[in-house]
Amino acid sequence: MTSHLEGQELTLNMGPQHPSTHGVLRLVLKLEGERVKSVECVIGYLHRGVEKIGENRTYAQFAPYVDRMDYVSAVSNGLGYCLAVEHLIAVEAPARAQCVRIIFAELNRIASHLLWLGTHALDIGAMTALFYTMREREDVLKIFENYCGARLTTHAFRIGGLQYDLYEGFEAETRSFCESFKKRLDEYEKLLTKNPIWLERLKGVGVLSAEDCLAYGVSGPMIRASGVAWDLRKSNPYSGYGQYDFEVPTATSGDSYDRYLVRIEEMRQSIRIIEQGLERIPAGPILAKVPKVLKPAAGEVYISVEAPKGELGYYIVSDGSLHPYRVRVRPPSFINLATLEKIAVGALVADVVAIIGTIDIVLGEVDR
Amino acid sequence: METTSPMSGIWLAIKRFFLLDLLEGLWVTFRAQRTSQIVTEQYPKERPKVAERYRGAPRLNINPENGETLCIGCDLCAKACPENLIVVGTVRNKETRRLDLTTFTYDLSRCMFCGLCEDACPVDALELTQDFEMASYSREGLIWDRQMLEEGPRPTHYKS
Repeated sequence: MTSHLEGQELTLNMGPQHPSTHGVLRLVLKLEGERVKSVECVIGYLHRGVEKIGENRTYAQFAPYVDRMDYVSAVSNGLGYCLAVEHLIAVEAPARAQCVRIIFAELNRIASHLLWLGTHALDIGAMTALFYTMREREDVLKIFENYCGARLTTHAFRIGGLQYDLYEGFEAETRSFCESFKKRLDEYEKLLTKNPIWLERLKGVGVLSAEDCLAYGVSGPMIRASGVAWDLRKSNPYSGYGQYDFEVPTATSGDSYDRYLVRIEEMRQSIRIIEQGLERIPAGPILAKVPKVLKPAAGEVYISVEAPKGELGYYIVSDGSLHPYRVRVRPPSFINLATLEKIAVGALVADVVAIIGTIDIVLGEVDR
Repeated sequence: METTSPMSGIWLAIKRFFLLDLLEGLWVTFRAQRTSQIVTEQYPKERPKVAERYRGAPRLNINPENGETLCIGCDLCAKACPENLIVVGTVRNKETRRLDLTTFTYDLSRCMFCGLCEDACPVDALELTQDFEMASYSREGLIWDRQMLEEGPRPTHYKS
């Protein structure tokens, strides 16, 4: 039957406007029938030159731009940048600021994972989950809005601490969100975890071994789903993460289904961290003494944080002037996306959609 | 962990056959049909109440008592702005020896509402307000002058 098809290779362009490539990613698929022979990612459609912009702005002025790289987890981006600059000028944020930062970073992790869960389920064909995850994400965004006045590109933190103190009713609002969200998470699991169609579409699809993860430099939920308990919050506790009690969820097989389970469990752990944080918000100042005109001494720094998608690193070189000499960002999505060329080979075209979904990319961060 | 006793095997087969896991998910969907759970906002008929700290359209505050501007023309907002979109025009008043504000231009089309100008203002003259409807039919319409900044946007309110 297949003899007349053999050797006939079909090149298919998927994207850049394909809805399931989550942005403007273009895939050049070489197909043999329905099987993928090779994949080539073409990126750069959302390139804005963020790193170059950083060289032309002062340290404080560049902070709003980092929110626009991974725009679904702007708080984590801002946290990484602020920590890097603080390290450069040898300032530490006050205890209150550090605690509040952790709470917001974890809320943002939940928001990011919720958006991922909804859109990924939509790709697979389970449309219902999207509406529910968006509903809960709205609660998180409302907390962001009440706190700093913006929902998505928050610009919540400043170099040296926080600009805004907590608003009245923050604790009650966050607590009630945590309580209701635990039940909501169980609902998502009822919708998806044992759903036969969901299992059929994700089990054994896009398997990535632990060795490959390490070779590619994969981080975040992807490497944890392959069985490597690598989490910067544990291995290199920044901003006081060492004082919090939480687990790093891992799975074993490294397929798309495991990546889904790891992210669901991560949301539970985030709730645990937030609840612990709410218990112990210390009183005191929110902003350390930072000079009005930031002129760090010549030097360089690399600081990485555990963003929802993996290790987000900032490498900043200062030449002693008002502007950074170089800002380099190590985006987790970009490096995780590189594995697609390996794990999508041999899969069906429909599985490529599932694999892109569980890699969890944001093109704003891939292209920068 | 799942056991491999014959009873659990039968249970598994029943679950498979009657799609019980699928029905459980359907039940979740069914329960969400209650009207009390509707969260959709009927914008523009119902306007959302944005947060007190919301960073929206800029406003140049005036003193409510005498109608004079609060701005002292210090140019700090223009210097703080990452996009260089604020232009402050001042003239030195020979009598009071202070700077008098003549023009104030704010290019909203490039603004990213980061709030750095608001933070920089020493007299709380420039403020990002709770107005979020700033659409314009032309790009020129987004370049706000002093009068527009003092009056604020006037979006159409539709009756519900």
